[in-house]
Amino acid sequence: MSFGFKSTRAVKLLLLVALIGTAAQAQQLLLPAQSEIAFVSKQMGVPVEGRFKKFDAQVSFDPAKPANGKITLAIDINSITLGAPEPDAELPKAVWFNVARFPQATFQSSSIKNLGGGKLEVVGKLAIKGQTQDATIPVMLTQNGTTTNASGVLTIKRLAYKIGENEWADTSMVADDVQVRFKLALSGVAKL
Amino acid sequence: MKTASISRRYTGTAIFLHWTLGLFLVGTFGMGLYMADLPFSPWRLKLYNWHKWGGITILLLSALRLVWRVTHRPPALPQAVSLAMPGWQLQAYHATHVAMYSLFFIVPLVGWAYSSAAGFPIVLFGAIALPDFVAASKPVAEWIKPWHEASAFALAGLVLLHVAAALKHHWIDKDGLLERMKPALR
Repeated sequence: MSFGFKSTRAVKLLLLVALIGTAAQAQQLLLPAQSEIAFVSKQMGVPVEGRFKKFDAQVSFDPAKPANGKITLAIDINSITLGAPEPDAELPKAVWFNVARFPQATFQSSSIKNLGGGKLEVVGKLAIKGQTQDATIPVMLTQNGTTTNASGVLTIKRLAYKIGENEWADTSMVADDVQVRFKLALSGVAKL
Repeated sequence: MKTASISRRYTGTAIFLHWTLGLFLVGTFGMGLYMADLPFSPWRLKLYNWHKWGGITILLLSALRLVWRVTHRPPALPQAVSLAMPGWQLQAYHATHVAMYSLFFIVPLVGWAYSSAAGFPIVLFGAIALPDFVAASKPVAEWIKPWHEASAFALAGLVLLHVAAALKHHWIDKDGLLERMKPALR
């Protein structure tokens, strides 16, 4: 059976349906001003920090039933910055993030496991630049008044997502490992 | 008069340090000139890091040289040479050396500060992370940058003067002064 479009488009449509579905049942809200998604990559051994200024998350999470929780995260790749105009002008290009074709990176959880002591293990699919990989993300939950912070550190392999192609694929120049650090501030999460 | 002829030459270590530093100065300055206007590429990234490693090496070599110079006094100018030089030339000779030694430290230190301020800490040879003695700040980096450039050009000018003077002694005065710094080929 053919729907007249490519399978990648069908996947996107399914993702969109999933997104809308998740949004409808989400009770928790992301507080963007208090949240951050930053990363450190190494260029010839030199740590270079960057961050994404715009992202959104649909979260449905009850600490009493973590396994029923769900999170969908969408990052606006165009909001990437290394804090310097030169590399910032390069990163949207095709060899790096190809923002024109892949404006968003997404994470879609498939399971959330409670490890106790405020620790969670979130498993899901991380899609960047059209490449989807399984990701297991350790998350630490802390509460401060009505705000719940979900934070953690995840190391990803940039080449698995084709970030830095051709001459930039050389890992002696830019290391394959990129450390991603996140803090998502949420409102409306029940007491831990 | 064997001892006299030895004392007229620099020590082997001093000669080695002199020429090694000279190579690093020319190489690092040349890279600095060339890399600044390159488009964003791995090649440019490589050059920037090599330039920084070169600068730190110059700093280390200069510290070594200074210690060696203080503990092993360089030979005085041969009498025939110093008597033939007018007073202003002797003063210029001393001033050039003091200024060059100062800039051997100033140029790399200002470059290091610039790199730190720009938010790119120096990792020597890709392995040894050097401390940042200036916090990352764009306005500070922009303020420091012209000083690194100006001091580097001042050093380059002095090096040219130093080389010109040495060649003048060799080709015009023919006083054999260069022999004191000639690498001994053993």
